[in-house]
Amino acid sequence: MTSTILSLAISTSQLVLGIAMCLSCWRLIKGPRAQDRVLALDSLYLNAMLMLVTFGISTSQTIYFEAALVIGLLSFVATAALAKFLMRGEVIE
Amino acid sequence: MAFPARPPGQRLPLKLPEVTAILQGSATIVWLPVGQTSTVCGTMSGVALLPFIILLPFIGALAIWLLPARARSSASLLAGAVAVALTASCLWLYGSVADGTVLRNELTWLPQFGLNLVARMDGLSWLFATMIAGIGGLIVLYAHYYMSPKDSMPRFLAFLLAFKGAMLGIVLSGNLIQIVAFWELTSVFSFLLIGYWHHTSAARDGARMALVITGAGGFALFGGMLLLGHIVGSYDLDVVLAAGDKVRSDPLYTPTLLLILLAAFTKSAQFPFQFWLPRAMAAPTPVSAYLHSATMVKAGVFLLTVFWPVLAGTSTWFWIVTYVGLATLLLGAYSAIFQQDMKGLLAYSTVSHLGLITTLLGMNSQLALVAAVFHIVNHATFKASLFMAAGIIDHEAGTRDIRKLSGLYRYMPATATLAIVASAAMAGVPLLNGFLSKEMFFGETALRNPIPFVDVSLPAVAIVASLFAVTYSLRFVHGVFFGPPPTELDRVPHEPPALMRRPIEILVLICLLVGIIPGLTIGPFLATAVKSVLGPDMPYYSLSVWHGFNWALAMSLVALAGGVILFLLLQKYLARGIEAPPFIGHIVGPRIFERLLILLSVRWAKAAERLLGTRRLQPQLVLLVAVATLAAAIPTLGGIGLLPLPPTTFDPGLALVWVVGMTCAVGAAVQAKYHRLVALMLLGGAGLATSITFVWYSAPDLALTQLLVEVVTTILILLGLRWLPQRLETSEIDPFRRFSLHRLRDLALATIAGGGIALLSYAVMTRDAPDGIARFLLENAYTEGGGRNVVNVILVDFRAFDTFGEITVLGIVALATYALLRRFRPAADSIPRPEQQRVQSAFESQRDDHKEGTILSEFLYVPSVLMRWLFPVIVTFAAFLLLRGHDLPGGGFIAGITLAIGFILQYLAGGTRWTEERLRILPVYWIGTGLLLALVTGAASWLFGYPFLTTSFQYVDVPVLGRVPVASALLFDIGVFILVVGATVLMLIAIAHQSLRSAKRDAQPPGKTAPMIEREKA
Repeated sequence: MTSTILSLAISTSQLVLGIAMCLSCWRLIKGPRAQDRVLALDSLYLNAMLMLVTFGISTSQTIYFEAALVIGLLSFVATAALAKFLMRGEVIE
Repeated sequence: MAFPARPPGQRLPLKLPEVTAILQGSATIVWLPVGQTSTVCGTMSGVALLPFIILLPFIGALAIWLLPARARSSASLLAGAVAVALTASCLWLYGSVADGTVLRNELTWLPQFGLNLVARMDGLSWLFATMIAGIGGLIVLYAHYYMSPKDSMPRFLAFLLAFKGAMLGIVLSGNLIQIVAFWELTSVFSFLLIGYWHHTSAARDGARMALVITGAGGFALFGGMLLLGHIVGSYDLDVVLAAGDKVRSDPLYTPTLLLILLAAFTKSAQFPFQFWLPRAMAAPTPVSAYLHSATMVKAGVFLLTVFWPVLAGTSTWFWIVTYVGLATLLLGAYSAIFQQDMKGLLAYSTVSHLGLITTLLGMNSQLALVAAVFHIVNHATFKASLFMAAGIIDHEAGTRDIRKLSGLYRYMPATATLAIVASAAMAGVPLLNGFLSKEMFFGETALRNPIPFVDVSLPAVAIVASLFAVTYSLRFVHGVFFGPPPTELDRVPHEPPALMRRPIEILVLICLLVGIIPGLTIGPFLATAVKSVLGPDMPYYSLSVWHGFNWALAMSLVALAGGVILFLLLQKYLARGIEAPPFIGHIVGPRIFERLLILLSVRWAKAAERLLGTRRLQPQLVLLVAVATLAAAIPTLGGIGLLPLPPTTFDPGLALVWVVGMTCAVGAAVQAKYHRLVALMLLGGAGLATSITFVWYSAPDLALTQLLVEVVTTILILLGLRWLPQRLETSEIDPFRRFSLHRLRDLALATIAGGGIALLSYAVMTRDAPDGIARFLLENAYTEGGGRNVVNVILVDFRAFDTFGEITVLGIVALATYALLRRFRPAADSIPRPEQQRVQSAFESQRDDHKEGTILSEFLYVPSVLMRWLFPVIVTFAAFLLLRGHDLPGGGFIAGITLAIGFILQYLAGGTRWTEERLRILPVYWIGTGLLLALVTGAASWLFGYPFLTTSFQYVDVPVLGRVPVASALLFDIGVFILVVGATVLMLIAIAHQSLRSAKRDAQPPGKTAPMIEREKA
């Protein structure tokens, strides 16, 4: 019973996260401003991280959390670099 | 290496034919029950010395090179010690080769290709080796006094010793390819020696010319040796020497001969390549005395002598070698008369004497060969001493110009006497060694020949050239030492230090001894040398001063008298001091050479570049993609079989991720041309989708790597975007509007290539994987490599050698990127500071409570604190990824990129100045350390008798952590880690530093740099 609920919940969340990713992608393409796109990319990364966590739960393998950890810890670097680029015109001054 | 039992000290009575028989036949097993690594013939200790003789100069050169530039005396002492050791070893070995034994020391290297390292000594190579070692020692003593304190003695002597080693390598090699290698080394080191005074253009030009000519000859030699080895079926010198008939009757004989002759003629400065030798006189005089009399140029005639039994004896050989030699002999002697520079005179005289030796070698006569070997030795002694005397005069009088010099006998009688005796030897005056070999030469040319042209031309040219030799010797002696005291000198000449004169004294003494009592001095050595070339059936020859009245003596007398008369006749002409020789002065070899070189390296190269090259990226990409598509299409045109639907179930989550990925990829392609930033972000989305797919299909290692690489790539491209030209602010851009033919072509090509790759991938992935190496790797990763993460075990253990190569390449790429970016100059419109910065700093300057950089520091305050705090976390994470990499996803590469991101984050947060004031990263050292660590780890397995990069692993009890597996591969992985950190940081920082330089340029015009520094500190 519990496992049924769990698997159902996981499938649902994966679907919902997938839709969220599609929406982020829509914003990423549509824009209209560069700042919107940076935010879109960041939320894309965030959703992907959550997607990986659900995947890890569904396979009951912890090694997939590594990828989620990397996204959580380091994906913001790309966002930060993009933001700095927009603000100052160059990444490292 | 056990020999059959024999009393100690007894030599193996191996003669040349026997050696070859052994090498060719089954007798090897009977005769030489050798160990696995080396074959040795001859006395054990003597044979062991041979590699030592070749290697010692190189070791000495390295040691001297490491000395500080001021260590003159220690450098000279060291070089002198090496020279004495070499000479002593050579002299000691004479006993072993005197009876015709060939000493061989063979080290197996690549036996399947016939390439073994063979050190070999017979009578001829003994003679040459002794000459090279002995005269080399004298040169070191001379150079110690000659070189000015401003010159770096260690650098000079290191080159000299290395050159000596290369020369010894040529004469003591027993393998054709090995000879070529040492031959090229002599070219390289002579280049360095001739160009030693690299601040003068004459030295640079002379060195380059020598290198181009002799290097091209070395290339020809390589071709010749390959052909020779192909004909004979072995690269072993002894086998080749025994296969003379086979070689001469082979259809490939002529090309082989031509290539080898080309090598010998370029090295020995034979016509028409003679012009590099006089130009090489820009070298310091010890170099001229060594390279251009005793060694370098003698390598060519040595080659001809060694291969005389194989290549000589045909009419092709006779006509080419004899007449090239004769032309050189005549031309050199004629030009020497009219030189105004003492060293130039001696250089042309060298050319002429080498021509004489070549002529003798070309005559296909055994007696002529004896004369040639004899003259090689004689010429080395008198010419080396003459060069050294010229150097002393240059040193003490300040000029080498014969027009300015005069009457030096009264200032330096001892040096003058020595030079006069040596010049007399050069002219062929009786009772000196030059006379003896020249008389043998006359004797050979005077022999009746059935061909009338040869019958007349040989003796005629011989007499005329010898007559010229007498004239230029007289000119040298008379012009420099006699006549009125010099008036145009800026100093009063005097005798040099006694020790500086000692080498000349020794050499002149040898000239005299050989000239007066040849049978007692040079006789046995010459016989040994000649015997090793001609075999035991030597022709009869007599070494004595007086042979009675014969043709040779008559020719000598004619030449002597004629030379004196010509000198007297030319007095008036020479007094005019004209630089070039009459009649041929306008044909300047070097100028023709330069023209050819320009034609080849500038005009033709540029034409070829115009024809075949393009600087535009698009055609290059089109070609690349088209060729790759074609290459993939050819084998798959016949069909790729069934394309079944995959048996996996549909997964809605992953499907959506793929939709996202594909949309992003297409979007990136569409936006790439006009909206680079958008394209970059879309690329990030596509990369993310790929990473998730990797995770989904159980490749966590790949996913981790891909994610990290995405981050680094984004930063890298952002750094680069700053320096790309701005978008043109023209009318709106619609990528779909303009359809031209070539865009259609590109679209078609891209579709075919992309679709093809997709099709191929699908075809591969829907098939069962063949049972390849994967099973082996999976099964043995833990038992053999001690790791559960197969990917990592493959990288650091099974394929560690590949990884080692890859990290080496990575290091090279990083250094190349750094080198290129150091000189990077951005486009004109991206030099000024970005618009945002200008707007912000304009606003700051209007407000009183704002300083330059306030906006930046205040807006980024919270993010930058977070980024700084994250640094230790990232370092820990990197360490975690590194240490557990052998068993779980992670490893050196992933950890390296992680740490590099950590560093970059600090740059991002605080700016270059702020970061580098606090955290000095030296990426180049990281690269070096990482590579070294990986190398040392790999090499350590040699200590335990295992092949390179063998891994050992075991469990170790660590106090807190308990029992943990430790593999030596971890050390290797740490090496990879350090290198990856260094390489990534180096490349990123190289671009980042550009902003600093640009800011400096930006801030300089107002004349103050303060605002910028404040901005950086903020």
